[in-house]
Order: sequence, then C-alpha cells, then structure tokens
Amino acid sequence: MKEQMITRLIENATQLFLLLALAPLVTGVIRTLKARLQTRRGPSIFQPYRDLLKLFRKGMVIPETASWIFAATPWVVFFSTILAGLMIPMVAAVAPFGLLGDALAVIYLLGLGRFFLALSGLDSGSSFGGLGSSREMTISALAEPAMMLAIFTVAIGAGSTGLTQIAGAAIGQNWRFLAPAQMFAFAALALVLVAETGRIPVDNPDTHLELTMIHEAMILEYSGPYLALVEWAASIKQLVLMTLLINCFWPIGLQPTWFGFGALQGIGWLLAKLLFLSCAIVLLETVNAKLRLFRVPELLAVAFTLGSLALVSTFLF
Amino acid sequence: MIAELFLSGIIVWLAGAGASLALWRQPAAARRVSCAAALAGSLLDLAASAAAIFSGSSTVIGLPFGNPVFTWVVRLDPLSAYFSGTLAVLAAAVSLYSFGYLREMEGRRNLGAFGFFFNLQLLSLALVFTASNVFFFLVAWEVMALSAFCLISFEHEKEKTRHAGVLFLIMSHAGTGLLLIAFLVLASASGSLDFSSFHLLASSMPPLQQGAVFLLFLFGFGVKAGLVPVHIWLPEAHPVAPSNVSALMSGIVIKTGIYGMARVFFDFYGPPPLWMGTVVLGLGVVSALLGVLYALMEHDLKRLLAWHSIENIGIILMGFGAALMFRSLGQPNLAALALIAGLYHTFNHAMFKGLLFLGAGSVVQATHTRNMEKMGGLIRRMPVTALCFLVGAVAISGLPPLNGFVSEWLTYQALLAGFGTTQSLTRLMFPIAGSLLALTAALAAACFVKAFAIPFLALPRSEEAADAREASPSMRAGMAVLAAGCAALGLGATWFVRVFDPITQQALGIRATSALMMARGWALSPGTAHGGTISTAGIALLLLFAGAAFALPLALRWRRRSVTGPAWDCGQPGLTADNEYTATAFSKPLRMIFSALYRPRREIQAEYEVSPYYPSAIRFENEIEPTFEKRLYGPLWERIMAAANRMKGIQAGSINLYLAYIFITLILLLLFGVRG
Repeated sequence: MKEQMITRLIENATQLFLLLALAPLVTGVIRTLKARLQTRRGPSIFQPYRDLLKLFRKGMVIPETASWIFAATPWVVFFSTILAGLMIPMVAAVAPFGLLGDALAVIYLLGLGRFFLALSGLDSGSSFGGLGSSREMTISALAEPAMMLAIFTVAIGAGSTGLTQIAGAAIGQNWRFLAPAQMFAFAALALVLVAETGRIPVDNPDTHLELTMIHEAMILEYSGPYLALVEWAASIKQLVLMTLLINCFWPIGLQPTWFGFGALQGIGWLLAKLLFLSCAIVLLETVNAKLRLFRVPELLAVAFTLGSLALVSTFLF
Repeated sequence: MIAELFLSGIIVWLAGAGASLALWRQPAAARRVSCAAALAGSLLDLAASAAAIFSGSSTVIGLPFGNPVFTWVVRLDPLSAYFSGTLAVLAAAVSLYSFGYLREMEGRRNLGAFGFFFNLQLLSLALVFTASNVFFFLVAWEVMALSAFCLISFEHEKEKTRHAGVLFLIMSHAGTGLLLIAFLVLASASGSLDFSSFHLLASSMPPLQQGAVFLLFLFGFGVKAGLVPVHIWLPEAHPVAPSNVSALMSGIVIKTGIYGMARVFFDFYGPPPLWMGTVVLGLGVVSALLGVLYALMEHDLKRLLAWHSIENIGIILMGFGAALMFRSLGQPNLAALALIAGLYHTFNHAMFKGLLFLGAGSVVQATHTRNMEKMGGLIRRMPVTALCFLVGAVAISGLPPLNGFVSEWLTYQALLAGFGTTQSLTRLMFPIAGSLLALTAALAAACFVKAFAIPFLALPRSEEAADAREASPSMRAGMAVLAAGCAALGLGATWFVRVFDPITQQALGIRATSALMMARGWALSPGTAHGGTISTAGIALLLLFAGAAFALPLALRWRRRSVTGPAWDCGQPGLTADNEYTATAFSKPLRMIFSALYRPRREIQAEYEVSPYYPSAIRFENEIEPTFEKRLYGPLWERIMAAANRMKGIQAGSINLYLAYIFITLILLLLFGVRG
C-alpha cells in the first residue's frame, strides 16, 4: 500500500516535471526547425527557457484600467493547464490524475483557462485585447465540435472517455491510426490542434502588432512574470494537445505501466514522437500562408466533416 | 410532518399575499411583509420537499377545502418534490434579494400589488408541481400564468412591456389549450381526472392517438419552457419584467414546462416509440443552438440572458430525449443516466440563471440601462455583484469545477453511451448531438466572456456606469446564496446525485446513482463498467491548493516589482472608453460566420467636411432578422387576420340574425343529441 503510494507519487512528479520542462523545449525546437527550413539560422532550441527566466526576473507594469481579473488570469491559466496535463497519459498508458477527469474534463479545463484569458484581454480596455479575445473565443467555439467528434470516436472505440482506458485500449496497436476511422479522427484532431495552439494557417505565433494576430493580441498587456506564466502555459497547452494526439492515435512505445526501465523507454519514445510531430507542424507552417480570419471556419468545417466521417467509419469498416 | 410543513408553507404564502394587499398604502411595510412571507414560505417548502424526497415515497395531502366533484389533493412524490425543492431554493434567494431590490420602487409603484402577485406566483408554482389531478393542475397552471402576466406587466406604462405581457398571455393560453385537449383525451381513456390513473396509460392507447397526445403535450408544455419554435414570448417577456421576477421566470416558471414533460414522458408513458425521443432530442439540439446563437447577438443584458434560457432548456431536453430513446431501446440504466443529466441541469439552470438575472438586476438598477454598451468598469464599483456574476458566468458556460460542467458532462456521457445501443443509423444522432452540445457550450462561453467583460471590466462607457453603486446588503446576500448553490452543486456532485435515486426508482424502476459514485464518493462516473470519471471537488481542491501554496506567495513577491501604469495598447497614448471593444464588435466574427442565419443588415452614415478619412459624425445601425417572427409567425398572423375578416360577414349586427343563429344551433344540437 505504502509502496504503491510512493510509486504513484513518483509518477505524478515525473509527469509534472516533464510538462514543465519539456513544453518550452518543444516550442524552441519548432521555432528553430522552422528557421532552418526557411534558410535562417534561428535561435537556439533553448531560447524559450532563457526568455522565461528573463521574464521571471523582470518587473511588470499592470495597466491602471485593469481589475483583479488581470492578476488572477495567469494563475488560473497556468494551473488549469497543468492540471489538464496531469490528466493525460504521457509515458505510460496511465493518466496520473485520471480519476479527477477524463478527456472531456481535459478539454473543459483548457476551456476554463481560455475563458479567463479572454476576460483578461478585455480587462485593460485596449482594443487589441478585445480583438484577440473575440477571435480566440470564436475560433475555439468552432473548433470544439470537431474536437469532440474526434474524442468521441476514440472514446467509442475504447468504451470509455477515461484517458487511461483509451490509451490502454490503444496499447499494442502501434499503427492503429492507419485504420480508416482512426485516420479521419486523427486528421480532425490535428486540424483542431493547429487552431487551438495558434499555428499557421490559423494564427501566426511569430507576429506582433499585426491585425491578424489572435493569441498575442489577447496577452498584449502582460509583462514580466505574468507574461512568463501565460507564455509557459501556452507552450504546456501545446504539449498537452500534441501528447494527446500522439498517444491516442499512435501509441507506439507507450508503456503499460510506469515501472522500471520501461519508463525511460517510454520517455524516449515520447520525445521521438514529439519531434516527429513538431517536424510535421514546421512543414505545415512553412508551406502554408496564414488564412484570412473568415476562411478559418472553412478549415474547421473540414475538421468537422472529417470527424463525422470518422464516426461513420467506426461501423462501416 | 411533510404534510404539515407543506401546508404551512402554502398558508404563509397565502397570508403574505393577503397582508401585502391589505398594506398597499404603506409600501415599506408591504415590501417587508411580502418578502418575509415569501422567504418563510420558501424555507418551509424546502423543508417539506427535502423531507419528501429523502423519504422516497409519495405523500398525499388533501387540502382543507374543495368539493366532492373536484378534489384538491396535493401529492408530493419524488419528482414533484424535486421541482418543488428547486423552486424553494431559488425563491428563498430571490425573496432575500427582493428586500433590497424593491426598496427603490417604494412610493413610485404599488408594492402591495407586487407582493400579492409575487406570493401568489410562488404558491401557484408549488401547487403546479404537486397537484395530483387534472382540474387542480390546470387551475394552478392558470393562476401561475396570470400572476406571471401581472408581474411581467408590472412596469406597464412602457409600450414594450405591455406588448411583451400580452404576447406571453397569448402564447401561454395557446399552450394551455393544447394541454387541455391532451388531458381530456387521457381523462376519457382512464375515466378519471386523477394523475395516478394516467400512470403508463398513454402507452396503451392506439399509436396514432398516442403520438398526437405526445405532440400536444410536447408543444403545450414547450410553450412555457421556451422550446423552439414556440419560444418567441420568452426573449420579449423576461427582459421587461422587474429583475427579481425575471430570475423567478427564467429559473423556475419555465421549468414548469420541463416538469410537465417529465411527468408525462416518464409517468404517463411507458417505453415510447423511438421517434418520440428522436423528436425531443432534435428539438433540444435546435433550441440549444439557436438560443445561444441569438444570445450572442444581444447587447441588452437581460435579453441575452433570456436567450440563454432557451439554450439551457435545449440542453435539458437533450437529456430527456436521450432518456426517451434509451427507454425505447430497452436500456433502462442509460435512460436513468440521461434523465439524471436532464434533471440535474434543471436544478443547475435555476441556480445560475437566477443568479445571473439577479446580478443583471443589480447592474440595471445601478446604471439605469439594460444596454451593455453603456456599462463597463463595474467590477470596481460593484465588486460583490461582479464576483457573483462571474461565478454564474463560469457555471453557465459549463466550465469546471462548477455545476454546469457536471450536468453537461453527464449529458455527454449519456449521449456517448447511446452510440452502442442500436445498430441502425439512429445511433449517429447521439454523437452528432454531443458535438453540437460542445458547440453550444463553447459559444455560450464566448457569449459569457462578452456578458461579463463588457459590463464589468475596463473603463465605464457612460456616466451612469461611472457613478454606479454597489447593491444593498440583502441583494448581495440573495446573489451569494445562489453563487454558493452553484459551487455546492458543482463540488458536491457525487453527494447530490443521491437525490435522484427515488426519482429514477419511481420513473424507471432503477436506482442508478450508487453506480455513479466512485472512489468513496469523490469521483463521478457515468455508471458504466469502465467509464471515465470526473471529480469536481478534487479539481477545485487542487486549484485552491496551488493558488494558496504558490500563487499567493509569488504574487505578493512580484507585487514589489510591479508598477501600475497606463495600458500599453500598442503604444497608443490616452486610452479612453471610446477605444474599448464593444459587445457588438466582440460578436462580429460570429455574426459574419453565421450570416446565413442572422441575415444581418447594417447601415452606416458618415458625415465629413474635408476628407472622407476624417468623418465628423458617424451613425451606425445594425440589426439581425428575427427569423421565426418573420417567417413563421408573420404568415400565421396574416392567415388568422384574413380568416377573422371573412368571418366578419356573418356578424351583421342585427339581433334577429343572432337569434336565428341561436335557434339553428339549438336544432343542430337537438338533432345531434337524438342521434347520439
């Protein structure tokens, strides 16, 4: 009993560490690879860590028009994202906090963070913040049905919305995303991932002061440690969604339990798969141009259609 | 004991109504007496309902008046007690709120009359939920409708208010007409007016009759519930009523329709044909989606909330529709899960929508406008109201860890489980409905970012908003009660679900909730073998712990390094209220994306002197097409008027002619009687 408690504790701590430590690295790798592909040198892959460290050491300016919502938001966003991250299986097919929430809870916890981020965008009264909030809420609302359909497809396959069960059902079927239903659901979720993490062609993470921006516009008034928290949370959210995608659809290397050497192997596989997915994102970002905002619904409609096809395929094939 | 509590609640309400009317010349006394009576009656009713639901059996109470033909009997079975308990909690909070809210009307309006109708409304609602025969039910139903009409029309000097009140009255009576026919069909089949004689009766009728009665009930109760397409009175009537009445209307009066449906679908009907559940589920999805889409376009704070009532009724009916379908498909366990989801959401909606309307009432009283574009920055002037409104906004958006999340999660689980129950294509309905529920919830979140941020955050957009004053202590207390209710129903989900055991036992013969509780009551599961789980209490505890352990100390440390300055706003100096994003601008992307539905029309007139780039004045007008009024009710109204015009011909005004009509009618009736 006591031993079990200790192993659980180690599991939770490891996953927490992975979430916190790995997220900026993924952002950095994507940034560097993208620069290389565009024949730029690009920053070091560790630059996001340096940015965060620097921001945490700085002072900050709080807009005089803002209320306590502005100060509470970075914390709500940060903690709800971490909590969502602890509810997904990363290394083994066990979600450490699986009892606290299933796949739906993960999505809704991310939604809680987004809700507060959108409020804080409007809090200072600057019109850029409102613009970002409005667009963020619009796009995420339109992405939601496709995301749900994709989740439903895997949940129906596993007979449960619990992520431990979903990952458990996937173990051993290393290439299951090649099955038609899984493939459609994978594609739908991948499109949603692009929209939710603010990547080209939906949003451009590299721009500032452009009327096309979404996420950056919302957090325009943040500075210093609060900005660091929000940015860190954004990269953790990206990591959570990427992990969800690869572990649900591409379970190769996912360990049945956390025990012993297997965990190291699992971490190795996780890193390899994340790198692969990052390369795919980089390629997608480089060959595409950003869509006009009112073309984004069409992209999400495609995702919804793919999700519906996935559902139909579950009993056709 | 239950009988005594319930009866004393009724008597206190009656006394409150009478005393309030008697005191109409002393407004302060009328206000205090009517609110105190409403509060006391609600607490007694709450005690009776709670006792009734935990006793698990039905309590039959004969009221001490009546005559041999029409009996006045009240029956508190678990379903009735559940709705009556919902009423009691909401009514207690609203009564508390009304102490302060009505004070401003003292001397300007007849508070004696208000107190009379307010208590009468509560009384009639309690009787609607508990009446045990058709006659008594319809009497209570009418008293409720009429007292609601009087409360809606309370500020009747405004043209819009009168119009909304009359629209409510017409729609309500059209609905009652449908109900009357349906009840008469049932009564003639059973030979009795007693509800207990209708148990499972409807299912033994021939299919055509069964279906017709079902539709009559669905739309008859649907009018009161605000079901699309018979919802048109709701967004008109809720905003114009005083805000405490709006809270009551949206929180519980529309739930009488839900109660009626629950009573009919799960008591009078046995396992129904599949199409019935499909229709209810479909209408639920349509109501939910249209409700939230129209809400997004509103910048009248109370109208926005009214549209959200339609959305939430849709979510409740998704649960009910799924439950009906599961009954047809022979899945009583899943039917219990879906029914619990719908009923849970009913209680939740009463809490958060009541809270939001009370919050809106405080805001409207402080700023003297319902237009969000004229508010702003209220979080500084009205911190408690803002916090309560925020709790309501998070809850209604279905975000963890509050109550809206729990009932929406249960609805998802029920819908997901439905996929495996049948091999036909009908199974696709469940996940598609689930994904549209996700769209609805996400749009609701977008809408409540707007509904909270525009009135409460940033700079005040008008002088009234800048000078707003916090609501009085009793108003704050009323809101706090409901905010606490939202939190308790969210965090205590695994404990609250026990309440549903007697209800599902009665309706479906199943006690499902022991399967819903996992891990010693800390996690909620859908009751299937290896379903996913959520633990709202766990989520909340962890978030609070993280906040206390890390956020608080770090925030205090960082505070020393932070300075307050003007908003950066990309370097533009001098931020004013005119720079702020408006509610209209916030929903602009969605207005464009769903323009096929809204058919927006806008008009911009700019005046300029020198160059078109420097206009001296701009007038902007923007409206969306009210689709149902224009395309459904418009033509219907024209038909009715045309028919009335044609009938004018037989009314020539001559008394001889009318006598002839009477004579002919008499002869026809005699012939009919002889033949019959």
